[in-house]
Amino acid sequence: MSDNTSGLVLAGVGGQGVVMASMIVADALVRAGHDVKQSEVHGMAQRGGSVFSHIRWGPQVDSPLVPVGTASVLASFEWAEAIRWVPYVRVGGVVIADVRTIVPPGACADRRSWTTRYPEIDPSLLLDRRLKARLIDAAATATALGNVRAANSVILGSVAAFVDVEQSHWEASIERLVPRGTVDVNLAAFRAGLEVAEAPTPAPAPEHRGFSGPHQIDIRQEWCKGCDICSRVCPEYCLEVGSDASLNVSNPDACTGCRLCELLCPDFAISISAPRQTAHVGAFNEPGEIEDESD
Amino acid sequence: MKTSSIPDTSTTTVSEPVVATGNEPAVTESVVLLSGNEAIARGAVEAGVLVAVGYPGTPSTEILESIADRNDIDVRWSPNEKVALDVALGASLGGVRALATMKHVGLNVAADTFMTAAYTGVGAGLVIVSADDPGMHSSQNEQDNRAYARMAGVPMLEPSNSAEAKQCTVLAFEISEEFDTPVLIRTTTRVSHNRGIVELGTRAEHPVKGFAPDPAKYVMVPGYARGRRPVLLDRLRRLADRSEVSPLTVESGVGSEFGVVTSGIAYHYVREVLPEARILKLGMTYPLPIERIRAFSESVGRLFVVEELDPIMENDIKAAGIAAEGKSFFPQIGELSPDVVRRGFVAAGVLIDQPGTHPDPAPPTVARPPLMCPGCPHTPPFLALKRLGAVVTGDIGCYTLAALSPLAAMDTCLAMGSSIGMAVGMAASGGAGKPVVATIGDSTFMHGGIQGLADAVYSQANITVIILDNGTTAMTGGQEHPGTGVTLQGATTTAVDLVGLCTALGVTHIKVVDPYDLAATYNAIEAATAHVGPAVVITNRPCVEAPMKVRDRPYAVISDACTACQACMAAGCPSIIWSDETYEGRRKVIIDSATCTGCTLCAQLCPPLAIVPVPLIASPVEVAGV
Repeated sequence: MSDNTSGLVLAGVGGQGVVMASMIVADALVRAGHDVKQSEVHGMAQRGGSVFSHIRWGPQVDSPLVPVGTASVLASFEWAEAIRWVPYVRVGGVVIADVRTIVPPGACADRRSWTTRYPEIDPSLLLDRRLKARLIDAAATATALGNVRAANSVILGSVAAFVDVEQSHWEASIERLVPRGTVDVNLAAFRAGLEVAEAPTPAPAPEHRGFSGPHQIDIRQEWCKGCDICSRVCPEYCLEVGSDASLNVSNPDACTGCRLCELLCPDFAISISAPRQTAHVGAFNEPGEIEDESD
Repeated sequence: MKTSSIPDTSTTTVSEPVVATGNEPAVTESVVLLSGNEAIARGAVEAGVLVAVGYPGTPSTEILESIADRNDIDVRWSPNEKVALDVALGASLGGVRALATMKHVGLNVAADTFMTAAYTGVGAGLVIVSADDPGMHSSQNEQDNRAYARMAGVPMLEPSNSAEAKQCTVLAFEISEEFDTPVLIRTTTRVSHNRGIVELGTRAEHPVKGFAPDPAKYVMVPGYARGRRPVLLDRLRRLADRSEVSPLTVESGVGSEFGVVTSGIAYHYVREVLPEARILKLGMTYPLPIERIRAFSESVGRLFVVEELDPIMENDIKAAGIAAEGKSFFPQIGELSPDVVRRGFVAAGVLIDQPGTHPDPAPPTVARPPLMCPGCPHTPPFLALKRLGAVVTGDIGCYTLAALSPLAAMDTCLAMGSSIGMAVGMAASGGAGKPVVATIGDSTFMHGGIQGLADAVYSQANITVIILDNGTTAMTGGQEHPGTGVTLQGATTTAVDLVGLCTALGVTHIKVVDPYDLAATYNAIEAATAHVGPAVVITNRPCVEAPMKVRDRPYAVISDACTACQACMAAGCPSIIWSDETYEGRRKVIIDSATCTGCTLCAQLCPPLAIVPVPLIASPVEVAGV
């Protein structure tokens, strides 16, 4: 390993401005006289997926990718992404994690436990790894300065506090690369980021109680005329009208008991009864869930 | 400032005035940070290219985009890669330096022209860029296009960083003209999308040479083509000699225990892991400098070949009778990385694994796959298809994401334009048991769908084709195409009329529908599937991200009216997530007003009518908690 090469990982969600922020970092490092390589992946990752940028600098940089366990700084624009990328940080390194949460809809899919598959904002998830963690709320800082869209510059300021580059280089890079008309607020946000206060750890979300089993769907076939209203409205695709106009329960295990079919049936032919209520039993990542670890 | 260990062989100097495009992040006047793609474009600028043409495809797209604002180069999108290469070859025969860019699978489409262009040779310099995608970050396969150079007999250069990307491009044009051959530049995602320091030079002027008719060279009927075959093989022998003295070959390191032959991004990973090792780094990788490699191998004990994907150099080296080791230690699947290369050298016994250097795995976190955007006009047709229970042959674009949960409404996705032909075959098989529907975007339809629809008409296939016309090439970031009426360089032009085109092909059932009207979309698709013979449904809402961002009044959930039925969640909109409030033990939902585009789809899905526009007088912040 070339010991005189440093690494930084920026992580976030598509649309958060990770690539622009990393261009500012790379620009500032070049101004400071370093050889610099900056690597990211465009394409599918931008569609609300996980987005990252690796930046490495030193006298002469080879790999543009930061080897696992070697980054001196990880700055994440979103909480779950900080958790995802933390193995890239070296022992004793720094994690700057924005407490902003962007919950993907796929995390809201377990209609048994009704718990989201999103990591709790718990600093020990980071601190247990022998590194320095700094939780910030960049949006709150930027809003206080008058423009929430300068939040990324707050994060850049927090990064600058741990990267040995003169402030004038950072500010020259910000001036050159941020949109015209936003230079002043971004510079103010950057300076605020240099000494931004630690964000308070939010209270854990209340635990939800769900159902241990599917609901019972009872159909009075003699009252059903096969009009198809119920099967079209069912969010879980539980019901199916056969070619003989008879109503069948095609997927009973998926019923969440929303009772749309019962309420909308013009002939009162459907009744839904709830199972026993119990504590949630959802696992964190159930089989069958999409495990597309896109980077 | 250190830029590259390789001497700059370009014909220009950096002390002259610099013509910057304004796109590149100029750090000083002549030293800039450029991505590999921008550096290739810059190399083409400095080499005096006059025509640059391609079809968008990750990771190649930014090459043309980064020079689109130049008024001294004709930069254009073609409907597909084959047309692009035809245009570039035609320009080359007309006597101007020409560049054609595409992603790796694009060269499959252009392969017909590519193979025979190796026979005809060129007029002025012709360079083809293939941007490969090991690891399939944004592709349907990870084919190794270095095989194409060998199959066609076309010389190939492989840069390993941005500075070399520019250097290789300038050199490729020189080789192309000196040897009268197209030249392939092969990059990978990590080279194309990695920014590094590049010193800018000036643009060389290569005036139009004009077309010199030569039927024996340019009319590839069998009699003339037979005459070109020996020319091609003789050219390859001379290129092999040139490869032996290529300025792109760099030898470094000390020691005789082992040596490494490598190229492209793998070179930097090897240097990262073994900074002092003996390395023979190749930039011209077809034809290989076999004698140079043989001499190198004789100076070391063991010879390793480190290359991403297939054992292409390894096999060539072994075929020349040189003992080498490669794929037994370094994977043939996916991208290399410093960590993967390190593991390979540990397995080979060259490096000793240091315990304690492996970090603990990440704590469990949420999967974050790519998604269709809030307000995406592609969502409603797939909701309708899921409800209809059709067999859906899909195609390549943003809408391929409809294969993922919760829409899960796509059964196949292969290659650009495959949806329609596969639907024809699926219908012919009689094995679908349900209506057969092909879904294809407007840009993909222009690229490779039109012939499929002609076949559907020709065979009177009982299928429905949904053309998802969002007016752009969205997946690659919003590029123009022949249906948009705008060129890459911003000029207005004639747009291909989709309805007129389908009518001309002989489709009799054509319905244009606004996908934001869910009921109308469902009815249009249901009616089309009931039609006997080929039917076309065209959805006509523009993409919410390009060419301009569509942001209408956001919607919000009236929490008291929400019955937590989850009907809105069926659309998979990223703006809708669970609230902490519940109804009968189920989670209610909230809409993120910052990302909601106001498409109204969720409001149309909501049975209790709990989703309403944010009142104009209230601030979104206040309404979010209604």
